[in-house]
Amino acid sequence: MSVSLAKTPLDVIHREAGARMVPFAGYEMPISYTSIVAEHQSCRQRAALFDVSHMGRLRFDGEGSEELLDKLLTRKVADMPLGAVRYSLICNHEGGVLDDVLVSHLETPSQQRYHLMVVNASNRTKILNWVEQLLPEFPRVTLSDRTEITAMIAVQGPLAIETSKRLFRFDPSRLRYYQATITDQYSKPVLVSRTGYTGEDGFELICRAEDATRIWENLMLIGREAGFTAAGLGARDTLRLEAGMPLYGHELTEEIDPLTAGLKFACTFDGRDFIGAEALTHLSSNPNEMVRVGLLPKTKRPAREGYPIYNADGDQIGHVTSGSQSPTLNHPIAIGYVRREDSHSEALQIEIRGTRVATEIVQLPFYRRPNQSSGEK
Amino acid sequence: MSRDQSQLVYASTHEWADIEEVDGVRYATIGVSAFAIEQLNDLVYMDLPEVGREVNAGDELGEVESVKAVSPLYSPVTGEVVDVHTELPDELEKLNSDPYDFGWIAKIRLTSDVDLESLMSFEDYQRQCSESA
Repeated sequence: MSVSLAKTPLDVIHREAGARMVPFAGYEMPISYTSIVAEHQSCRQRAALFDVSHMGRLRFDGEGSEELLDKLLTRKVADMPLGAVRYSLICNHEGGVLDDVLVSHLETPSQQRYHLMVVNASNRTKILNWVEQLLPEFPRVTLSDRTEITAMIAVQGPLAIETSKRLFRFDPSRLRYYQATITDQYSKPVLVSRTGYTGEDGFELICRAEDATRIWENLMLIGREAGFTAAGLGARDTLRLEAGMPLYGHELTEEIDPLTAGLKFACTFDGRDFIGAEALTHLSSNPNEMVRVGLLPKTKRPAREGYPIYNADGDQIGHVTSGSQSPTLNHPIAIGYVRREDSHSEALQIEIRGTRVATEIVQLPFYRRPNQSSGEK
Repeated sequence: MSRDQSQLVYASTHEWADIEEVDGVRYATIGVSAFAIEQLNDLVYMDLPEVGREVNAGDELGEVESVKAVSPLYSPVTGEVVDVHTELPDELEKLNSDPYDFGWIAKIRLTSDVDLESLMSFEDYQRQCSESA
């Protein structure tokens, strides 16, 4: 069976830059242009550009949007001021995670207010179907899938904002972390959001698909002296792993609830009636026996997804959900779930392809950028 | 020494072999091709075979691991492992610049030469790589 893959509006840019393309969530995406480690370090030390156009972009217009989102999302958004961005989860009725998303409250230059929800590429169809079930209750809400008519670029790293701010009519350094605004780059409309998935400062922008190439080229040009590089999904994954951020399909699935995943901050209870609230309230007082932890295997060999974790008695008490070499620490790092009662043990072992090696349990994240406040998510 | 990649033979799984004869005994020094190393990218770990191990051509001899993936290393020949390059796993970054000399992985004393026929010349191997790239 042949599966036809979608291309992002930046496909030609990637190919011309010599990127290695791989199938990911129905798209052909760049995994790396030169080397994952070099792209990773460019982001940590200077700045890197990522094409993240595969992420789903869903827009909610009309009266009742806030009420709909308040039912859909674990986190309260009804009180979000204009320009605010929030990380939230979408759960099923059992409290299992359907997706993790960013929601922004925005106003167009013509003063139309709306909410934008960015969802994982692999969950876009599932979430569209899930939201459509809710729409009859909110007859004045219009849901539009903007994914294919727009592009999304992440610019991440300590020099990202300072170097590229001149390109935009609204200076993005005036945004606080988790704020967004609609502005333009040389009269091409863009949504700029001070968010990211790398643990670095920076921004993500959404533009019209037809403007994406020019906007990417402008960013590369203005960042040339500062050392901006293009980075692929490989570096995006090692960066988010160092930053301890969960990835849907690995740390988050429909079998995992937000509390087990350590994402209680993304759930607002106070009597709210969102989907999954009842199950999560029950879980708050009867927590799952597993917890999400950081793992530092005492070996040079990276632990990978699915590798079992054992306690001193030889019982399997967990497993790895993501693992790689950390380019910053120059050592293997991993995230996994272990039984709560074993989560402080110093005698745990990961089985790496037949060999059990000692592993340390550590607090996430593995990497925190200088000057980052500890409460920041 | 300086190995000429055009004089080596190659397995379809990207290992090279340098076959030589010393006092009537044939040995293969083996490694991973420059093409494969570039494809693997960002190597972080290598698992070497044990000296004394007997292998058949096509057997898994060890592992090469990059940031993103683990790739098995197959023996291109049949014989006994008589030497391994113990410094290599600690200096994997040198594999990129020097895959044929510093990048040797193991030396195998051949006990059979029936598999040698299935190994490719440099020209044939290059053709395979350009078709897969």
